[in-house]
Amino acid sequence: MKYLHLIWASLFRRKTRTVLTLVSIVAAFLLFGLLDAVRTSFTQAGQSANGAARLQTGSKLSFIQTLPKSLEAQLARVDGVKSVTYSNWFGGAYQDPRNQVFSFAVAPNYLDLYPEIEVSEAERKAFETTRTGALVGEQLARRFNWKVGDHVPLQSTIFPDRQGSKNWQFDIVGILHSTDKKASGFWDQMFLLNWKYFDETTPFNQGQVGWYVTRVVDVNQADRVAKGIDALSANSDHETRTQTEQAATASWMKQLADIGLIVGSIMGAVFFTLLLLSGNTMMQAVRERTSEIAVLKTIGFPARGVMGLVLAESLLLLLLGGVVGLALASALIPVVASASGGTFNLPTMGAGNWALGLGLMALIGAAVGALPAWNAMRLNIVDALAGR
Amino acid sequence: MTQLIEIRDLSKVYERGRQKVEVLHHIDLDVEQGDFVALMGPSGSGKTTLLNLIGGLDQPTGGSISVGGQRIDQLSSGALAKWRASHVGFVFQLYNLMPMLSAQRNVELPLLLTKLSSAERKRRAGIALQLVGLADRVAHKPAELSGGQQQRVSIARAIVSDPELLVCDEPTGDLDRHSAEEVLALLRALNREHGKTIVMVTHDPKAAGHAKHTLQLDKGSLVELASVA
Repeated sequence: MKYLHLIWASLFRRKTRTVLTLVSIVAAFLLFGLLDAVRTSFTQAGQSANGAARLQTGSKLSFIQTLPKSLEAQLARVDGVKSVTYSNWFGGAYQDPRNQVFSFAVAPNYLDLYPEIEVSEAERKAFETTRTGALVGEQLARRFNWKVGDHVPLQSTIFPDRQGSKNWQFDIVGILHSTDKKASGFWDQMFLLNWKYFDETTPFNQGQVGWYVTRVVDVNQADRVAKGIDALSANSDHETRTQTEQAATASWMKQLADIGLIVGSIMGAVFFTLLLLSGNTMMQAVRERTSEIAVLKTIGFPARGVMGLVLAESLLLLLLGGVVGLALASALIPVVASASGGTFNLPTMGAGNWALGLGLMALIGAAVGALPAWNAMRLNIVDALAGR
Repeated sequence: MTQLIEIRDLSKVYERGRQKVEVLHHIDLDVEQGDFVALMGPSGSGKTTLLNLIGGLDQPTGGSISVGGQRIDQLSSGALAKWRASHVGFVFQLYNLMPMLSAQRNVELPLLLTKLSSAERKRRAGIALQLVGLADRVAHKPAELSGGQQQRVSIARAIVSDPELLVCDEPTGDLDRHSAEEVLALLRALNREHGKTIVMVTHDPKAAGHAKHTLQLDKGSLVELASVA
């Protein structure tokens, strides 16, 4: 700590240059914080304690391929299966095709398998008895200012009704509340409609099911149960692929977009630019101080000590900018989530995100400071004092 | 009087490309403790090279240098740095102060290498600045001081860790006559009243007049030794 004033003074020797470099570091880590929240949001989808006890069975060919409803009874008989439900992708949009809504047509017992979705008894009853009834996630309701009793039109991007219209009418009968806040981004955005209404209204379904969800008796036996389920349709025209809900969600998300790769690519480019920018700043800063470094060595600072001072300066630069950037991201995430009306359900920054950010700051700081620190360590006092 | 510096058969050869330039030739020199020696000679005669060797900033090609009984030519660069920190103070022509630090922080620099507390470092830096007559300038940065004042801060930095030897390379070379006289008077006081041994390189015969002895170097050899009364 006794060297801090020296490191600080060296860092701000050229105030304008250092402040400009700091601004670029703040911007890079602000972007990192926001994008990492997006990545975490996608990673967390489908990850829950209840999800571990659930298996998803879809077509082996593609997730858009449907399965016969007759499989339901067979699935229920597989050893280790506790209960079975099913669902179809509806693909709804509200008012504008850009307002995509996570909408599923679900079986009457669907919510039995999802104890992490809370809905009142009365609302659930209303959903069962109202043909056009819909249950909507609380964030989705907030986003479009919906409430129970509202009559809302949704446009299906895939399924027309028997008259050829893709405009569907629904009555909101209840609001879904997620008790699992980690995965709430998914459930709080959900729009559930009755599978029977869906199947009877569109001529394109004909008793087909998008995917089955089974709850297993023993989580440790999930693998064996999955194999048992897939064995039912082996060598048929509707072969299935059964996997845990987590794996299924991850694979489904990946078919939408490889968020990890996108975030990684953007951040790679940003940090590479930052590396060049702050590296140049540090090189310049040390080159300008050649005689001062020579004086430090003259009065007895050891070569490694001088190297340490330059490295510390570089780390301090990255830490100052990085921490401010992450703090800004931390403050902005709830604002962005709120401003998007629930479209972006970004998780708050946790210890993991901070640890990753701090690790990156240390890594970039060390990389940026390595060469100037090495040069400072090897600086020949006599040559430097003579201006050679 | 005991010898502080003993130099025997000292030579220094620089390699410039394929060419070897012998800057110092077989120099023998003794400097007593408490002496004030001025090194004079034309440009390129080897004055600064000899000063750098005495101060442990460079290593000789041949011969030996003992300072206070320590063979500094045999020390590793790390050990030499440690030795410099506690045994030598340096004063340069261009002061070489840290522009972003106050006078007090500049003077404190050598004390950062000790285990002294922050308060003690501050106290000692204050005493050193008082000794050079700048007690009222502790918070000033080098740019806010005149050349003579900057050189006095540099002298305070050189003496703050109480070394027995001060090596000064043209300490008045960048100063007007009045400031130069002040700096030289200060060096003389440090020599006479505080017993510091001083080796000073200078071109200026008037500056050399403040020393007890003057050594003349020419083409890397000691050619004359004159004593001043």
